[in-house]
Amino acid sequence: MGFEKVLFYVFAGIAVIAAAMVITRRNPVHAVLYLVLTFVTSAMLWMLLEAEFLAIVLVLVYVGAVMVLFLFVVMMLDIDVAAMRAQFVRYLPLGLLIAVIMLVEIFLVLGPDTFGLEQFAKPEAQPVDYSNTSELGMVLYTVYMYPFEIAAVILLVAIVAAIRLTLRRRPDTKYQDPSQQVRVRKGPDRVRVVKVAAEPRVVPAKAQATPAPSEAEVP
Amino acid sequence: MSFTFDSANLILILPEIAILVLACTVLVVDLYLKEEQKGINHLITVVGLLIAIGITGLVGGGERQVVFDGSYVRDAMSDVLKILILVVSLFAFVYAKDYLRDRNLWVGEYYVLGLCAVLGMSIMVSANNLLVIYLGLELLALCLYAMVAFDRDSTAGAEAAMKYFVLGALGSGMLLYGMSMIYGATGSIELATVARIAAEQGTQNQVLVFGLVFLVIGIGFKFGAVPFHMWVPDVYQGAPTPVALFLSSAPKIAAFALAIRLLVDGLGGLHPDWQGMLIILALLSMGLGNLIAIAQTNLKRMLAYSTISHVGFIFLGLLAGSEQGYAAAMFYAIVYALMAAGAFGLLLIISRAGFDAENLDDLKGLNQRDSWYAAMMALIMFSMAGVPPTVGFMAKLLVLESIVRVDLWWLALIGVFFSIIGAFYYLRVIKLMYFDEPVTDEPLTAGPGARVALSVNGLAMLVLGIFPASLLSICQGAFF
Repeated sequence: MGFEKVLFYVFAGIAVIAAAMVITRRNPVHAVLYLVLTFVTSAMLWMLLEAEFLAIVLVLVYVGAVMVLFLFVVMMLDIDVAAMRAQFVRYLPLGLLIAVIMLVEIFLVLGPDTFGLEQFAKPEAQPVDYSNTSELGMVLYTVYMYPFEIAAVILLVAIVAAIRLTLRRRPDTKYQDPSQQVRVRKGPDRVRVVKVAAEPRVVPAKAQATPAPSEAEVP
Repeated sequence: MSFTFDSANLILILPEIAILVLACTVLVVDLYLKEEQKGINHLITVVGLLIAIGITGLVGGGERQVVFDGSYVRDAMSDVLKILILVVSLFAFVYAKDYLRDRNLWVGEYYVLGLCAVLGMSIMVSANNLLVIYLGLELLALCLYAMVAFDRDSTAGAEAAMKYFVLGALGSGMLLYGMSMIYGATGSIELATVARIAAEQGTQNQVLVFGLVFLVIGIGFKFGAVPFHMWVPDVYQGAPTPVALFLSSAPKIAAFALAIRLLVDGLGGLHPDWQGMLIILALLSMGLGNLIAIAQTNLKRMLAYSTISHVGFIFLGLLAGSEQGYAAAMFYAIVYALMAAGAFGLLLIISRAGFDAENLDDLKGLNQRDSWYAAMMALIMFSMAGVPPTVGFMAKLLVLESIVRVDLWWLALIGVFFSIIGAFYYLRVIKLMYFDEPVTDEPLTAGPGARVALSVNGLAMLVLGIFPASLLSICQGAFF
């Protein structure tokens, strides 16, 4: 068993265990962290397949950006884990049964008989100066130009949809407007003196009516 | 690696470019419009769609062409379906105008998302490899999810969007898994290569059949065929009515193209396999759709179950596996999109500010309130039921004829049986409009655009029913 094979089993094992942890942890933050671990080990597996660029992008984009953001979201949300777990246990036996049946079926169809090394010979390793990234770039902007442009439109739609669904301009929201703040003048804008008419005291017995104090409002 | 970019190829994708430019124009112009000028968005969209229809007609015609390294195909089917998708979407935007204006939904994003959905549909129609099919489908689906949740203050809308999103993502995942299996079995994502290997190996190749199962499930999800129909009634009911209109019309034409591209262009060699699967889907859809629709009091839910039953009929044409069957299914899908647009269009017309018409009772006595609208709706309902002078009858007849030709007469009999059951709830709508007293005498406030659209839509049912040859010959031209 070569060194690569050992590495493969180590990373694949960690990936499977971490994936199982993602769906069984009580604490959603832990689940997200296990998902990060799954991504990192998957990136390692891709590295073994000589897909270096994809592996690095997976770590940079998914782990570095998406999952960190997701972690913040999970921390902000108030998720009732107990209620979710009640359902989880209830459907567990049926779910497990179906999962096992599907696993066996998939293994029978996609097992070594169909995709073994006899059917598909192991590809030769690329030479040292072979650049995965530039090759990918070459086909991405030539052969796959049309799908690439469509993917760009999908991202545009995602932006438009996200803004439409979440951006609200509510009139009662308190917010600061710096351009108005710097334009405040010393005199009339900061302090406003309000004259209140003096009213006679209701109880005239002992004390004299005191003059009403002028109220100051600070905007 | 040598690669040459021929800018003449760009001429073929001009329709897609035009729709994208139109969407971006609306997106930018909307920023500079004041609240009372939002009608300009509508105007740009309508004019732009008319231009896109013209461009599609100009670019189209002639021999089948494949460009962009096999990513894009332009053939007779893509021309026809693109033009019809654009026409039906045009109807959808015209119907939606008054509803959106009255409900504070009159914003540019509706048009941007709608146009991007149209773009996704035309990409799907012209796709020639699995990757482009999937991307087109996702573009369409993303726009539709956002449009279902478009009314942010509606909890029903948010719930419907959530259901649609989760189940739609599941369907897309199934489809993508099937595609990866097809790629594993054939080593190519290009439909021509897939078709060659599928024809050579047929059902010998286990992985190919395994992938096919997932593709059929994915297609069933996108069509809303039983047993993958759970999302349809909830989404139709929860979505704002113009979105339900949009959702139930043009995307069905695109879903038909998806099925043709994947099952016929790609896996035509596995026809005996997918015929059996489609028979199950078609039988369940026709049966369950028609039976449950009878029990509905909400018109949007009723139309949702009616969609499901019509999808069963479209599958009947597909599973025949003959050119005649495909042409009949295409005819049915187009006619269905027009009928659904008209039926939801009427719901929009009888809605008014602060009131959403969605129950059967809201249609009561429509004849006394406006006899022209009632007549148009009656034509559409007759057409959905398949009553002779209307086009719905022709569509059903063609589909049934094509499956009788391939000796599936028992299936045709069941189809006829369920469409007779289905006729009940369509005729009930007509009874409510003509023989019941109106529950309200509020005036109908719909503008002239919607009136013209509904008139064209309703009369088309009659004209196409009496003279079906023109549309039929176009559909047959795509396959023979």
